[in-house]
Amino acid sequence: MIEFWVVFTGVLVGVTCGIAGVFLILRRMSMIADAISHTVLFGIVMAYIITQTLNGFWMLVGAAFAGILTAYLVQLLHSSGIQEDAAIGVVFTSLFAAGVLLITLFAGNVHLDVEHVLMGEIAFVPWDRWTWLSITMPKAVWMLLFVLMINIGFLLLFFKEMKLTTFDPVYAASIGIPVIFLHYGFMTTISFTTVAAFDSVGAILVVAMLIGPAATSYLISKTIKQMFMYSMLFGALASVMGYYLAKLWDTSIAGMMATTVGLIFVITLVGQKIVERRRKSLVSKLEAM
Amino acid sequence: MLTGNLLWVLVGTMLLGIAAGITGTFSFLQKQSLVGDAAAHAALPGIALAFLVTGQKELPILMLGAGITSALSVYCIQWIVSFSKMKADAAIGLVLTVFFGIGVVFLTVVNRSPLGNQSGLNNFIFGKAATMTKADLMWLFISATIIILVSLLLYKEWKLLIFDPVYAKGIGLPIEALKATLTILIVMTIVTGIQAVGVILMSALLIIPAASAKLWTNKLSSMLVLSAAIGGISGITGTFISSIRTGLSTGPIIVLVAAAIFFISYFISPAGQINKYRRKMQFRKQGELG
Repeated sequence: MIEFWVVFTGVLVGVTCGIAGVFLILRRMSMIADAISHTVLFGIVMAYIITQTLNGFWMLVGAAFAGILTAYLVQLLHSSGIQEDAAIGVVFTSLFAAGVLLITLFAGNVHLDVEHVLMGEIAFVPWDRWTWLSITMPKAVWMLLFVLMINIGFLLLFFKEMKLTTFDPVYAASIGIPVIFLHYGFMTTISFTTVAAFDSVGAILVVAMLIGPAATSYLISKTIKQMFMYSMLFGALASVMGYYLAKLWDTSIAGMMATTVGLIFVITLVGQKIVERRRKSLVSKLEAM
Repeated sequence: MLTGNLLWVLVGTMLLGIAAGITGTFSFLQKQSLVGDAAAHAALPGIALAFLVTGQKELPILMLGAGITSALSVYCIQWIVSFSKMKADAAIGLVLTVFFGIGVVFLTVVNRSPLGNQSGLNNFIFGKAATMTKADLMWLFISATIIILVSLLLYKEWKLLIFDPVYAKGIGLPIEALKATLTILIVMTIVTGIQAVGVILMSALLIIPAASAKLWTNKLSSMLVLSAAIGGISGITGTFISSIRTGLSTGPIIVLVAAAIFFISYFISPAGQINKYRRKMQFRKQGELG
């Protein structure tokens, strides 16, 4: 049963991040997600300092705040003439440094140690349970299900609008789609996803889950719907494979999941190259005839 | 107050700040700030692997391992961008996290190995400027000096490479070799700094001083001097503040000092917000008069 919860959590992380990652890749915002994954630390610590509890709800609020702040600051610096990569770099490293410092100053003794936030520990997930509507499940599973619902809800509500602002932002703005609202809304869901996953895979490695599966599916998909399907599939696959490989070699589960994400990407890329080459040689053969 | 060791650490972090300020400027101008971030994270597996293979905690060996995986990560990013349809940002993010993940895996292997505790290795994630030994500092001095000297030596060539690569190629400069030395030097800066401020915050030292210097000037030479100065000042001030109270980790404070300098520059520099606002007001006034 314990193993079930761990694997189930992993699959949930994979699916949730897989969904959230697709538009990240398409909108070329992978590095903003990376930035947010560092700065949620700041948000979580602030939430802890203000409320003095490690309540999941307040952590979500803190993370959303940190995510929006990050996106806003990057936008602000970028629009006042600082090149984008530098703007991202400046914002996330300073907020991250502030987060690390605040933890060592105010939260050194609680469960909130930096290493846990960064690397996560999925093996501990089943022990921290929570009962609601007389269903008892690990807290991380509750959080992930909740955030998965938010991600799906956001997608169902704004799929068309997101698609349009991604591929033709100027047209989207001209027909009155709230581009900025969508941008920050999307960034909020990314922050939620990061926090929900941080218990299990940690704040830094969640980016592997956000970017990797979506990037892999970007290589082989022809439509956006296909990309969503593959992305969720790859995410879940990386989680399960990562978990069992880690168990086999007795190493860090989160680290192994990120490694598996990389492995799946490399295999897909190489496979795609082989198929492409074969197709090309077939075409040239046909032309020769 | 200023005990012997603290003085050495101050000089060390200052040199590190200067070196990072210089190489950071070049990577900033090539729009590769985040590649440096990825390379910094990718040093982790190299450090752990070097320890696993050799079983030694000798700094040169660990630094060599870090350098190899960092350089490999930069190569991977370039390879993915040129051989697939993936964009640079996704490639950087993917390589960054996957290398970091592999590093975490190796760290746990080190943890279990009978070779001894990994306490020394964990320091590489957040750095340990305050407790660096003379031997650690010696390496920092040597490599920081090399970095500074080589950048001064290749200044003209790199300048051409950044601002007019076509012309540089035209007059027969070895473009690829120059690019490679620049990458090597950036990786070397990262590897040097990891001891002091750690894997995660090292990228900040590459990015923030350069970005701040850009707000004050458009000339490469003065940008380099300013960036080096900002890096050096952040190193000294941060180390000094963290030495006042025990329990304050040095890395984050150095970064926060640099960030403070950046935000001050953001407001008061010639290209800053206050100036911009003033100019806007002037235009408006002129408009009303006319």
